[in-house]
Amino acid sequence: MEKKAMIELQNIEVSFDGEQILKNFNLRILDGEFVTLLGPSGCGKTTTLRIIGGFTNPDSGNVYFDGKRINDLPPYKREVNTIFQKYALFPHLNVYENVAFGMRAHKKSEKEIKKTVHEMLDLVNLHGFSHRNVNQLSGGQQQRVAIARALANSPKVLLLDEPLSALDMKLRKDMQNELKKIQQQTGITFLFVTHDQEEALSMSDVVVVMDKGEIQQIGTPQDIYNEPKNAFVADFIGESNILDGIMREDYLVEFFGHKFRCVDKGFKTNEPVDVVIRPEDIDVVKPDEAALSGIVTSVTFKGVHYEIIVDVKGFKWMIQSTDFTAEGEHIGLKIGPDDIHIMHKSEYSGTFGDYSTFSDEMEEDLQTPLSSLEEGEK
Amino acid sequence: MKSKKACYPYVVWMVLFVVVPMLMVVFFAFTDKSGNFTFQNLLGVGQYSNVFLRSIWLGAIATVICLVLGFPLAYLIARTGRKSQNVMVMLIMLPMWMNFLLRTYAWMTLLEDNGILNQLFEAVGLPKLQMINTAGAVVLGMVYNYLPFMILPIYSILTKMDSSVIEAAQDLGADKRQVFLKVTLPMSTPGIISGVTMVFVPAVSTFIISKMLGGGANLLIGDLIDMQFLGSAYNPNLGSAISLVLMVLILICMGIMNQFDDGEESNGGLMI
Repeated sequence: MEKKAMIELQNIEVSFDGEQILKNFNLRILDGEFVTLLGPSGCGKTTTLRIIGGFTNPDSGNVYFDGKRINDLPPYKREVNTIFQKYALFPHLNVYENVAFGMRAHKKSEKEIKKTVHEMLDLVNLHGFSHRNVNQLSGGQQQRVAIARALANSPKVLLLDEPLSALDMKLRKDMQNELKKIQQQTGITFLFVTHDQEEALSMSDVVVVMDKGEIQQIGTPQDIYNEPKNAFVADFIGESNILDGIMREDYLVEFFGHKFRCVDKGFKTNEPVDVVIRPEDIDVVKPDEAALSGIVTSVTFKGVHYEIIVDVKGFKWMIQSTDFTAEGEHIGLKIGPDDIHIMHKSEYSGTFGDYSTFSDEMEEDLQTPLSSLEEGEK
Repeated sequence: MKSKKACYPYVVWMVLFVVVPMLMVVFFAFTDKSGNFTFQNLLGVGQYSNVFLRSIWLGAIATVICLVLGFPLAYLIARTGRKSQNVMVMLIMLPMWMNFLLRTYAWMTLLEDNGILNQLFEAVGLPKLQMINTAGAVVLGMVYNYLPFMILPIYSILTKMDSSVIEAAQDLGADKRQVFLKVTLPMSTPGIISGVTMVFVPAVSTFIISKMLGGGANLLIGDLIDMQFLGSAYNPNLGSAISLVLMVLILICMGIMNQFDDGEESNGGLMI
């Protein structure tokens, strides 16, 4: 059955102070889907959400909701509801009144309001919290109130702007599962914004990877991970070794002076390409059993696996292996045809892929969301 | 423990200049000229009940006018750009740098029977108006002098308001009117209460404004107290008793006011 498009963005352009935020942006979101906009901060994902919510007007382009153009519709007339990054609960109202706010605005009967509020509070596991002051709730509880408040309006589309970024790791995982469950129960279309690739992969039906105001790739989590379209996507989603290669013929690629069998075809003969090899796909073998070999320069224990950095002719590879390898050891890198993914060259070629400057600390700095830093300062 | 020691000077200061004077007011209020205990002073306050009523009435009118004028202005200022905000706040503060007496005196020259305004009316053929020495002039003086104390706390709470809360209200289906009535206004109550307090209390107890703009017919409590200490009717015991009653009355008014803020966290806007 062909699903209808709930939201459609056509040729959207937005710029603030001369800086382009969205460039010729096109997106179709189908009814009942869990769609995630994923990208680094400043990539335009929140702006996309605000355009659908009605808080930002695009410079040009069309916004359709359920087939109708809604560019000029003010936020309060749109059948979408938003869960804001910092919850934005009403501090002067208690939990019950927060959840009831939307229905009161729509002039629903007291009886209906009471029934729905209790249903919603049950749905988010806040039974009995009706009369609590929202300022005295924990972050996770405030989050739940925000979800209940948005769902109480029974919107057709729920917009979620990094709703979990201020929660700690454990709570975040729980809320991920809960959100996914709520989405499946209610069948409401979810448009979720995050910069956390793991969150995106584990929750979504469709992931939209964005950078610099443009869509880099749209696909299922599996597609995005296994078949990244360019070096940016490959690098942003998980860890990747990205190398320069030359496609000699269909199913045969050459890199590091060796020819490898692969499963990709349809490239021009001798076309320069980007080759992606995921760190967990590489097998550590004896040096003489593989075409490539190198010296281990660092080993980090990660719990489930070891993260091994190997220097192969000056290029640092990352390997994830459950077997321990000592620093300084000479090892072989065994790569099967299935492990190799070939991409066309793009503007991102050469900007990612080598782990020579890699350090755990830097990685963490980049991934710490701004909001949680602010939260910590309070 | 260091911080505890550091506050001793302040405690001494407070005792010397707040607690002791208050006790002295209470002492004088309950004694006669020779220092004997008496209720006579407090009973004597009763004959001035019309002055008390007038003070509270005029103070309340001035407060309401300040609120009606001040809130929209504060709201507008909080919604303009950063730079013009600073300019506008500056303009509101500016008259306060001028001496209070001088400002009120300036109103005298404007409102007098042969003052600037009446001369202007005469020039364009309008009849002269009796403006000085009326209750209206007293209220005008109060509003003029205390309006900034209403605007500033409301402005400060409006600028601190999280814009995403307003967006959340719109998102949930509230139109402009509903957003204002159900979110902006209730969230600014601490600022309103603080503004009302800061206008009402000095307005009720003022004596300069009524003396200069109200004439003899618009005597306020402040003038009454002034007369008992510095004026012809010299009677510090009665003056103390009047002060004491005024203090209790203001306390009651503030207590009623604070009921409106019941059960809420005061978000720093409240100054009393």
